[in-house]
Amino acid sequence: MDRETLHRFLHDMLLARAFEERAAQEYSEGNIAGFLHLYPGEEAVAVGVIHATEPGDYIATTYREHVHALVRGIPPRQVMAELFGRRDGVCKGMGGSMHLFDRERRFMGGYAIVGETFPVATGIAYSIALRQLPEAVICFFGDGAVNQGTFHEALNMASLWKLPVLFVCENNHYQIGTEIHRHSAVVNVYKRACAYNIPAEKVNGMDVINVYEATRHALTQIRAGNGPQLLEFETYRFRGHSMADAGSYRPRVEVNSQTGRDPVETVIHEAKLGYPTQAEIAAAGPDLVEQLVGHSAAVGHFDDRHIEAVRDEVKRIVDDAAQFALSSPPPTMDDAWSSLYCNRQHETLTGAA
Amino acid sequence: MTETLQCWQALNRALDIEMSSDESVFTLGEDVGLYGGTYRVTEGLNAKYGEWRVRDTPISEGGFTGLGVGAALTGMRPVVEIMTINFALLALDAIINMAAKIPFMSGGQFPMPLVIRMPGGVARQLAAQHSQRLEHTLMNVPGLRIAVPATPQDAYWQLRQAIASDEPVILLEHELLYFEPGEVDLAAEPPPMHQAAIRRTGTDLTLVSYSRMANLAAQAADLLAKDNIRAEVIDLRSLSPIDWDTCAASLHKTHRLLVAEEDCRFAGAGAEIIATLNERCFYDLDAAPARVAGLDMPTPFNAELEAASIPGVSDIVKAARRLVGREKPL
Ligand SMILES: Cc1ncc(C[n+]2csc(CCOP(=O)(O)OP(=O)(O)O)c2C)c(N)n1
Ligand SMILES: [Mg+2]
Repeated sequence: MDRETLHRFLHDMLLARAFEERAAQEYSEGNIAGFLHLYPGEEAVAVGVIHATEPGDYIATTYREHVHALVRGIPPRQVMAELFGRRDGVCKGMGGSMHLFDRERRFMGGYAIVGETFPVATGIAYSIALRQLPEAVICFFGDGAVNQGTFHEALNMASLWKLPVLFVCENNHYQIGTEIHRHSAVVNVYKRACAYNIPAEKVNGMDVINVYEATRHALTQIRAGNGPQLLEFETYRFRGHSMADAGSYRPRVEVNSQTGRDPVETVIHEAKLGYPTQAEIAAAGPDLVEQLVGHSAAVGHFDDRHIEAVRDEVKRIVDDAAQFALSSPPPTMDDAWSSLYCNRQHETLTGAA
Repeated sequence: MTETLQCWQALNRALDIEMSSDESVFTLGEDVGLYGGTYRVTEGLNAKYGEWRVRDTPISEGGFTGLGVGAALTGMRPVVEIMTINFALLALDAIINMAAKIPFMSGGQFPMPLVIRMPGGVARQLAAQHSQRLEHTLMNVPGLRIAVPATPQDAYWQLRQAIASDEPVILLEHELLYFEPGEVDLAAEPPPMHQAAIRRTGTDLTLVSYSRMANLAAQAADLLAKDNIRAEVIDLRSLSPIDWDTCAASLHKTHRLLVAEEDCRFAGAGAEIIATLNERCFYDLDAAPARVAGLDMPTPFNAELEAASIPGVSDIVKAARRLVGREKPL
């Protein structure tokens, strides 16, 4: 891991946390309404996975997807404006928090019906395989989604036809208020993949470097034409299921033990260890390990001042995004009709009633 | 003797009473147990009846609704809660291919005492996938009964009747009505499950509606009355079957028909209501029947557009005024 990559992780993890906490605040102030599912606690998964992808890869995800969108590069302004339901939102205020789509960045949607990402991702992968392109699809889903029929149907097809899809389970142990032992007969999600002959692994999802490495490895296999892979990331959501849920069904001891594993604190800790730059690694020569150890001990590359500077930066970004969203106009009914009929080029038989 | 209950409480009471008096009644669905139900309908029942009779399920709508069908075949009385109607789309095979058809295909051998409860409707900015109504989808299925309670009293009565019925019954509950209070008489003798209720009598037009829109129709009628337009408000309470007699008798008196529905206009419940009443009451009508309905558009997330995509009280008032000639036609 070189310092530039680690810096990007640090930045995105802090941005993710700040963005979501701001969204919660805007919800409390009435600027955001509807279902709002937040991601604090799970940042390492989206950040690690998406940083391991290429721009040509596709992403299909759930309703808990603001951070995935940000890491993929959708400007925070456009994500926040969508949460506000405004015209400058990435979907013009038609979709809202649970339905972020960005065609340009191959962000293929936030889906709010649990289990929808499996077939959609499989279909995208099918078209990649058919055209023999070097791309891959990332399919995000929660632990609760694996009991939907689409999980089994899609995994079977993806494996049968060796499709380039990486199934990524964000296992936060809960399906709203139902803990995983009460919703699944097999609580190790990765074990289910073996029923479809799909290589799978369970990974600590609270450590972004782990997540990144595991994803890179899996994507290498997939790009080599070996068919789908599945990664189960163990993680935890610090908040309730959505802003409408206090999460009070979770024992205090459980929440406390998990917040002790805060992925943002973990990345800060790792950053402070002082990783070398890529040039330094190259210059280090054969006795890499020895030199790295010495290097880390001698220099703290990212000190507290540096980390505070990143915090300030993401705060500015989030303030700006919220300001932008607040001043963006609402969409018009014409925007709505033209979204509905975006693919109807020849004639319009029915219009507004 | 009546008491004031919110809709969710009325449903909770109905379920509790049926469960305590009949051991074959059980309920299942996502988060109905420990959590007490998304809209609190099953609150306290898990503690009282245990996990076998108040079962938290995985997210497997097709599976657990089909499980309800299987249990009903043996004479159990399952009450399946589908967290919202939007997820019932994953259970349509169990509902349409199985529950509605097994009694028929078996030549009448099997009862189907299955109740499927599902919240639906446009709530507050839940976006296109979570704001559906879909009554037309289910109305088009012979073999199902569809109850659409608008008041806590009807919610109480109709859930109890649905559980007691040997037919598959869908209870369409509106998400915005759960926390609306109303007077409920727990002991009163209920009308038949499908009988329409005349919420207000009038002579100038018949305003037919159901579920939350029936409440808006009643508010519209209050406003119209100030203008000396007397609307008769019919709350259908059931969309399958529909109580045509009550509607026809009203039209015989008012000669004008306006239907208010929240669902999309195209091929919706209103289309069926108007077609049938046209066939049946053509010579009673003094004007072409009219509809106030939702736009033929998925529900936009933005709050203003969302509100504009479904009828409000003022839309009903305007359409009624037009129908009685107080306002220029469109
Ligand atoms: C088909 C379907 N059923 C039920 C729901 C309601 N629902 C929304 S999220 C959720 C829990 C999903 O849990 P999980 O897959 O673990 O994802 P998490 O929210 O924990 O990220 C449920 C039951 C839904 N959206 N879609
Ligand atoms: Mg989960």
